[in-house]
Amino acid sequence: MTEQQPSQVPGGQEAEAASRASAESAAAGKTPAPEPDAAAAAGSVEARVPAQLTLREVDALTRPVTGLRSPLSPLQSAERARNFGSFYYMEHWLRQLRGYGWTVLMTAVGTPLVYLFAMGVGLATLVDANTNVSLDAGNGQAVPYLVFVAPALLATAAIMVASEENTYSVISGFKWRKTYYGPNASPLQSQQLVNGHSMGVLARLLLTTGLYFLCLVLFGAVVEPTGWVMIFTAALAGMSFGLPLMAYSASIEEDRGQFALVQRFIVMPLFLFSGTFFPLDAMPLLVRWIGWISPLWHSTELGRVLSYGYAEPVWPTVLHVAYLAVLCVVGWIFARRVYIRRLGK
Amino acid sequence: MPQTSLSHRLPQQAPAAVITARNVVKTYGDFNAVDGISFDVQQGESFGLLGPNGAGKSTTMRMIGGVSQRTSGELSIMGLDPDQHGPEVRAHLGVVPQQDNLDEELKVRDNLIVYGRYFGLPYSYLRPKADELLEFAQLTDKAKAKVDALSGGMKRRLTIARSLMNDPKVLLLDEPTTGLDPQARHILWDRLFRLKEAGVTLILTTHYMDEAEQLCDRLIVVDKGKIMAEGSPSALIREHSTREVLELRFGSERNTTVAPELGGIGERLETLPDRILIYADDGEAALEQVSNRGLRPITSLVRRSSLEDVFLRLTGRSLID
Repeated sequence: MTEQQPSQVPGGQEAEAASRASAESAAAGKTPAPEPDAAAAAGSVEARVPAQLTLREVDALTRPVTGLRSPLSPLQSAERARNFGSFYYMEHWLRQLRGYGWTVLMTAVGTPLVYLFAMGVGLATLVDANTNVSLDAGNGQAVPYLVFVAPALLATAAIMVASEENTYSVISGFKWRKTYYGPNASPLQSQQLVNGHSMGVLARLLLTTGLYFLCLVLFGAVVEPTGWVMIFTAALAGMSFGLPLMAYSASIEEDRGQFALVQRFIVMPLFLFSGTFFPLDAMPLLVRWIGWISPLWHSTELGRVLSYGYAEPVWPTVLHVAYLAVLCVVGWIFARRVYIRRLGK
Repeated sequence: MPQTSLSHRLPQQAPAAVITARNVVKTYGDFNAVDGISFDVQQGESFGLLGPNGAGKSTTMRMIGGVSQRTSGELSIMGLDPDQHGPEVRAHLGVVPQQDNLDEELKVRDNLIVYGRYFGLPYSYLRPKADELLEFAQLTDKAKAKVDALSGGMKRRLTIARSLMNDPKVLLLDEPTTGLDPQARHILWDRLFRLKEAGVTLILTTHYMDEAEQLCDRLIVVDKGKIMAEGSPSALIREHSTREVLELRFGSERNTTVAPELGGIGERLETLPDRILIYADDGEAALEQVSNRGLRPITSLVRRSSLEDVFLRLTGRSLID
């Protein structure tokens, strides 16, 4: 029977944690569980323990089964979890992200490069050469097609990331891998999973839009110095689409290919009919409403104001921001509700 | 350096109840999954919930675990109402769910650290603690492996290690060894027994009777959401069965015809399609009586009564799904 000191533990640290814990439990009037006795573990078991104990008891007393004591009492743990639980879950989420970090980075850089070459070098030459098409900045000045399409591409990238992160990974947490049920048994609360997940998605969105914006600058697709604010308006678009989608994904009990439908009948139409490649005014009224309800259109319009000074009155600008914010809040409220209901069954 | 205290092993006063349940009910729709159960669990005790599938064991565990709200009744864990103080109750507990829910995208060691963070614990504690528990769970070699690569038994041990990251005094185990091979079960039992020796209160559900006999100081048998019996494994056997059981096989055709001729032997007789069970305090004596009546079974077996006999008597032999 070998006695083991947890060799990974620096002695001082362990002793400190142990003494803190024992002071705590003494204060709470509880009897401490057996401490791993460093001296006994060093080899003088018989000398330190009364002779009437059986070897098995000695073993139980000195074995570092739960050797390292927690530096926090349960109530302190609970208080921290109440205050910072959302951030703890975000940490977990970001660790998961690191598992496919290379993909994330390649997507963030690769997507703009592909689109900008196609639009900026390919389609733009055609559009810019065609004098019949007028893309003006709202004040009579012509705008190169690349500059016109850039804010829309940026917002699209954010929405694509948001739809990726708020579909399969959500249903997987509830159903396939049940990863939500681990944290659910800890002091975390269901709504903190929503917050932590969303903060993680926001971090990925900002990384994506930030890198995308750099590419736009390199391609000369940004005119005004206010253009960088698009990094945030595009991320806002991602959240305003992602949070309601998260609530929907969380409510799915049975996967019958709903996400493929979302991709085909929501994401794609939004992408095509939100004034992305041509002004919304160019569309018949019959389909223009798609743009009006689309977070992509609102974010794109904002981006055009910021990127090349597209002249519009103040009220639509305010409306764009307000609309995106309302979608975020409504989505968040529903997501919280669904998570609490489903995890608390 | 704290002194090793031996005094905690001697009960100096009546130990405080860690869990108190009074008439707890959980209703889904118009179905009572848990139908008014009451019990206490004392500190340091190893307490089992036994019952067939659908008896309400897991639902009870989820209510104790502070994740599922009860419909009515009183429940207190460490003196706290889990419906009011969910995070506080959960911070006291280690939980091993029926189905492993490890994060398969993370490495083995990271699973432990991430989980410990939910308790607000600092990395300076979590890193050495994770290494210590990997050692405890015999997974040190796998620390950097992905969870995907682990066998079922390893995943189960990792789930147990994860539940210990916050150094809990109370451990909830929902069918900890279901689906494991005998080797893995015995390793798990050993780990659980050590925790019990270290003073951790264990609450476990199982439908393995040998597991209950190995691990539980006291248990309740639950069926259809109600408690059918309560006591230590040996007391339950004394109360609901005899010391020994004589198993006789006359061939499936003859069992029912022979049964009437066995009247009066032992305390109770049960005729099954494949064999006849005679419950008696002295199995050998009963067997002698059988042969004295000129009956020659194809095979006979005298064995000690087990918890399984009690369980089947209380919850019936018909299949429950």
